[in-house]
Amino acid sequence: ASCVQYRLVVRDVRSLQVLQLYTCLDQIQHMEWSSDSLFILCAMYKRGIVQVWSLEQPDWHCKIDEGSAGLVASCWSPDGRHILNTTEFHLRITVWSLCTKSVSYIKYPKACQQGVAFTKDGRYMAVAERRDCKDFISIFVCSDWQLLRHFDTETQDLFGIEWAPNGCVLAAWDTCLEYKILLYSLDGRLLSTYRAYEWSLGIKSIAWSPSSQFLAVGSYDEKVRILNHVTWKKVTEFEHPATIANTKTIVYKEVEKSPSVETERLSFPPPRALASSLFSTQSKYDVSQVPVSLQYVKPAADRANPKMGIGMLAFSPDNCFLATRNDNIPNAVWIWDIQKLKLLVVLEQLCAIQSFQWDPRQPRLAVCTGSNKVYVWSPAGCVSVQVPGEGDFQIVSLSWHASGDSMVLLSKENFCVCYLEREEV
Amino acid sequence: MGDWKTITVPVLSSDSKNIFQHTSDKKISSPSMNSQVLRLPLPSSKSMHNFFSAFCTEENIEQSISYLNRELTTLGFPSIYAESKGKELNLISIINCMNELLVLQHKNLRAQEEVEMQHLKLGSDMDHLQNCYAKLKEQLESSKREIVGLQERDRQLQSKNRNLHQLLKNEKDEVQKLQNIISSRATQYNHDMKRKEREYNKLKERLHQLVMNKKDKKIAMEVLNYVGRADGKRGAWRTDKTEARNEEEMYKVLLSDYEQRQKQLLVENAELKKVLQQMKKEIISLLPPQKQKPKERSEDGPVLSDLEEDIGELNKENMWELSCETVREQLTNSIRKQWRMLKNHVEKLDNQVSRVHSGALNDKDVISREDHELETEKLELEIQQCKEMIKTQQQLLQQQLMSPCDDDTTLLLQDCYLLEERERLQEEWRLFQEQKKNFEKERRSFTEAAIRLGLERKAFEEDRGTWLKQQFLSMSTDYKHSENVTTPSAFLGSNLTVNVYLLGSEQDNRLVKSASQQRKPHRVSSPVSAEPWQTSPYITHNSSNAASKKPAADSKPNQWVGSDKEETE
Repeated sequence: ASCVQYRLVVRDVRSLQVLQLYTCLDQIQHMEWSSDSLFILCAMYKRGIVQVWSLEQPDWHCKIDEGSAGLVASCWSPDGRHILNTTEFHLRITVWSLCTKSVSYIKYPKACQQGVAFTKDGRYMAVAERRDCKDFISIFVCSDWQLLRHFDTETQDLFGIEWAPNGCVLAAWDTCLEYKILLYSLDGRLLSTYRAYEWSLGIKSIAWSPSSQFLAVGSYDEKVRILNHVTWKKVTEFEHPATIANTKTIVYKEVEKSPSVETERLSFPPPRALASSLFSTQSKYDVSQVPVSLQYVKPAADRANPKMGIGMLAFSPDNCFLATRNDNIPNAVWIWDIQKLKLLVVLEQLCAIQSFQWDPRQPRLAVCTGSNKVYVWSPAGCVSVQVPGEGDFQIVSLSWHASGDSMVLLSKENFCVCYLEREEV
Repeated sequence: MGDWKTITVPVLSSDSKNIFQHTSDKKISSPSMNSQVLRLPLPSSKSMHNFFSAFCTEENIEQSISYLNRELTTLGFPSIYAESKGKELNLISIINCMNELLVLQHKNLRAQEEVEMQHLKLGSDMDHLQNCYAKLKEQLESSKREIVGLQERDRQLQSKNRNLHQLLKNEKDEVQKLQNIISSRATQYNHDMKRKEREYNKLKERLHQLVMNKKDKKIAMEVLNYVGRADGKRGAWRTDKTEARNEEEMYKVLLSDYEQRQKQLLVENAELKKVLQQMKKEIISLLPPQKQKPKERSEDGPVLSDLEEDIGELNKENMWELSCETVREQLTNSIRKQWRMLKNHVEKLDNQVSRVHSGALNDKDVISREDHELETEKLELEIQQCKEMIKTQQQLLQQQLMSPCDDDTTLLLQDCYLLEERERLQEEWRLFQEQKKNFEKERRSFTEAAIRLGLERKAFEEDRGTWLKQQFLSMSTDYKHSENVTTPSAFLGSNLTVNVYLLGSEQDNRLVKSASQQRKPHRVSSPVSAEPWQTSPYITHNSSNAASKKPAADSKPNQWVGSDKEETE
């Protein structure tokens, strides 16, 4: 599904054929599928309206109007029948039910990055709240929206919460001014607190490993600390220095290679396909010899939210690899081997990395840097694939299909689907 | 006398002058200080002559003589007067006195020379010592200067050190201060933030109230129709029951997670315990039997035995499956002890090895080493002896094989070989002769026997003929089959063969005996010859025949002859 301005276009994944076309009242800011893929919600924050469309019955419609309360965020609940709307100024979260047309309110939600977190199995929802300058976390049962637990957190300013994949542990971390990560069990008991250091800028991002064994904490000091789930103590630290000296690390460097053009074959006017390939540069990966020094960017010290530290963390689905990006070295993706707790591969790109995502099924990492190429890494090697087409296609973000066979590459105005062939064994 | 004196005195004076000159020269050449000390108040050479003439003139000869006499006598010389109170001069005594004076003069000069030499030596020694002293003084001064310089440097470094320490302290203080500043600022910010937040909350509340009060109709949800629940169930009211159920479910989820984790941990634990047990067994097997060192044994002995017993018990009862504290502790303690023992053992071995390499002596090592060395020496000796033996034997062989230059020896050798062979041949010849004689004897006996046999046969044939006639006559009606040809021969053969067999057996025995003495080819023939003897009794079984007698008898001597022939061949 994709939305263009005020229209919602639903396409088939394999053929990209337009299946449905819906028109909304206003420009769509946010669009989300329900968990059972039967409904799509389109949120228009300016108008404060959420419209829900059904795939089964194109005639069915639903409109939720928040009115003067305003709308800041909207999302589905895990059961696919409730919509949570966050009103302006984070006054409250309204839970609209599509089944019963009933409304529930959650008061005092916290205006933070990840204030609402659902467990993987969709049973429980944790909401960060703030009352009287104190942070609280409320755990709700998603089936009937009953408050299960309500407890306070020892944070200065709660920044985010995230459930572990096993649904039993909730990680809550503090603002970047304080390095503090708290771990609560499902019933609200504080299991452990972890503090690496004081005073310097703290946690930037965290990621749970798919088996809930490890919690990776990326911080502003360019280090990732791995905590284990038994003792909640640090297992190891991963450093991201600018020079890589370890001989066991493989460094793939993206290198531009200019295509060879046979001048005799050129005809005038040149066909379009040839023209685009002439001017677009191809690139390939070269294995660089260690030691390699990467491009280090020192951010301005007087600005807030500096571009330093570990901004992106992602575990591979088989729990073997961890991909990180150090914002100080924005061109490189660091891939760590979790089984050996060592740096395995560094991918050095020509441009700054915009995003990366693991294939949901295999240990394959897709990286996009804002150029017209998508880069895929797997333990067997890495490859750079150019998006064929006319003109520039600057890939801004990408998203894998759940089966791992294809991925969607998004640019500012277009998107394309990249299909990955499976090897016939 | 006076003339004499005048003559002699100038001679003396010239000599003495020369001598004086010499001495004065000497004195001038000597260093100034010494010369100053020793310089006698001698007048110049010119004045010396005057001096000598001045002492004794023509007027005061007697006075001078008496003066000289007095001087000499006081010095211990005999008087120069001839007799006491006489004015006659004793020339001899004068000459003696002069001679003695000269000798004395010489001695004195020599002594003077020696003294001067010593003086010079001492002077040079003094100079040398003074130089040394000057040098040492210089050295002392330079070293003093150095010390001063080093002290200065030391002082500078210490001051630098102090400065650095101070700097470090200052930095630390600064850091502490900054940290304090940061913490205070942080608290201040937090306070301010909280204040702002409260204001904000108030605004929010106000806004919320306003929004709620407005009761916007817009805040509504328009749905075409209700959507069924995802799981198909109907909506339920929120009651206490549901609350309790929710709690229950939550705890169930938690418990299941914990149980899962506990199972995993148990499995891991069990595996690790197994591994530890295996390791312990292996360590015990690796350790050497501890009967060698009784000292250590006494310490660890009872402990070990206890442990062994406990371990045995543990193993028997499979108590390692339990995870109680004591069992775990026992296991880990036992493993630690075993590991320590193993480590000690390995360390001892390392020490031994290092000692062996360095060559230091230890009682055990020496013994083993000596034994080892002795054995190796013995073996080497043996090897050498063997080698020598082999060499000698090889040499002998070569000598024997290769024809030596000496003809006599070869002839001798050959003769030796020939002699041996000759003796052997002679022996064989003797044997052969004996056998020949035996054979001759046998032959004669056989011929006699054959003759006898022939005679007997004739008689037998006649008897048989008559008997057969009788039989035939009697049994002519019974028998129709003509087996006469065969039966009589058979019968004859059997009777004859009985005798023949007996003879043959004898002959066989003899033949066999002789054959055994001779060589093989002869032997082969004997069984061949024995067979025809033996086969004939089998063939001729039933009755004897007079007809066959003859051919049998004929065949026998033929066979005999044949056998003899064979034998001789």
